[in-house]
Amino acid sequence: MAMKMVLRGNMATAYAAKLARVEVIPAYPITPSTLFPEKISEFVANGELKCQFIKCESEHSAMSACIGASATGARVATATSSQGLALMHEVVFIAAGLRLPIVMAIGNRALSAPINIWCDHQDTIAERDSGWLQFYAEKNQETLDLMLMAFKICEDHRVLLPGMVGMDAFVLTHTMECVDIPEQEEVDRFLPPYKPVYKLDVNNPMTFGAFSSPDNYMEFRYAVHMAMESAVKVIDEVFEEFEKKFGRNYQRVVPFMVEDAEVILVTIGSMTGTAREAVRLLRSKGKKVGLLKITTLRPFPKDLLKKYLKDAKVVVVLERNISLGFGGAVYPEIAAVFANAARRPKIYDFIIGLGGRDIVVEDIVKVYEIAMDALKAKKAEMVEWIGVRKDEIEVIK
Amino acid sequence: MKITIGATVTEAGSSVRNKTGGWRNMRPVTDLAKCKRCGICIIVCPDAVISMKTREEGPKTDYDYCKGCGICANECPFKAIEMQQEER
Repeated sequence: MAMKMVLRGNMATAYAAKLARVEVIPAYPITPSTLFPEKISEFVANGELKCQFIKCESEHSAMSACIGASATGARVATATSSQGLALMHEVVFIAAGLRLPIVMAIGNRALSAPINIWCDHQDTIAERDSGWLQFYAEKNQETLDLMLMAFKICEDHRVLLPGMVGMDAFVLTHTMECVDIPEQEEVDRFLPPYKPVYKLDVNNPMTFGAFSSPDNYMEFRYAVHMAMESAVKVIDEVFEEFEKKFGRNYQRVVPFMVEDAEVILVTIGSMTGTAREAVRLLRSKGKKVGLLKITTLRPFPKDLLKKYLKDAKVVVVLERNISLGFGGAVYPEIAAVFANAARRPKIYDFIIGLGGRDIVVEDIVKVYEIAMDALKAKKAEMVEWIGVRKDEIEVIK
Repeated sequence: MKITIGATVTEAGSSVRNKTGGWRNMRPVTDLAKCKRCGICIIVCPDAVISMKTREEGPKTDYDYCKGCGICANECPFKAIEMQQEER
């Protein structure tokens, strides 16, 4: 019998690491991810998890240790957030280039300055191009499940790339929810030990990530890109197997009431629950509105976005990130899905809930109204900021 | 060239094939008359390209891999190694 526990998101990912029998966990604590190494050290101290827990002096060191450990063929996990992920940046790219299936839990938090510890997707969006698979959870059950599945997906020999599981700071990392903890035997059957293609071994010396000249660097980068492309099929296979074994359904993009929808909202992470409430409310008033939740941002689910969005009149992208000087980071990617299409929906971008500002049902309804105005050919900005008090901003003339 | 997973070189010692002496601008030349065979040059060479089989033969530099850093010349207590301009 699987056990149900009331857990914070951080704890749920620590339980996932334990169930996955992770062998090495190098970590450096940072709010809001600190509870992960805290719980792991407890598991190790209690003898519940046989694992090398390395207390590092920085996040850069933690990711470097992850790389070394993973190169020996061990299953490796860590957790970080915001500035910690930013400090890892250099080695994050190396982990992907070396094709090491490290799995990292991220408490999605805003980047400084000004310092802010609350929910925002800027930290992982800034690592979007690193070659890591990116999963985003809506609730605590998903943090555990996605973390478990991430090991299986990343370690598949068709993929061999690292992956990060994003969960919204405090909304998920520190909020208690009922989480179904699968049985160890069931997880063992689902997730066999990691089998590396190459590994560091004193009896069989090899060089990892060797020098590459202009004559072959492009081929190595293309190989990583192709691994990301083949991850699409592997993710679908693993999601299907997970549902068969554990009964919970996952999709790279999750549709909600999109069949006849004229307006479709696109969300990532915990704001999806709020958006779903808003869609129900609007539907009760006869509005044709639907919702798409992006679970995997990398590889980018262009096939499913095209399938679900092609018949919509208006697509509304809700983003907890801002590519300064342009707009949200996901918006241009969704627009690019339709760049060469003969018929395409109008696509609008909304920057919302940065730095942990609450997103409430009324905000989503307001977004819908702006989108409907745009549909009626009223002027609308391509990128709108929701709830910003523009009159308070100091302007020097 | 085979594009391996993670740019892995699967055999040890493959760097021998890549002769790096061509990077050298200055060539260390040892005056065996001044050399006392102390072996300090062998120890300090960062590329391990200096070897000595017998006292009679003295230290020998492998110019296929020597990059001409000059540490040997700088460290030699008897000023027996001179850095000479490489001419090609």
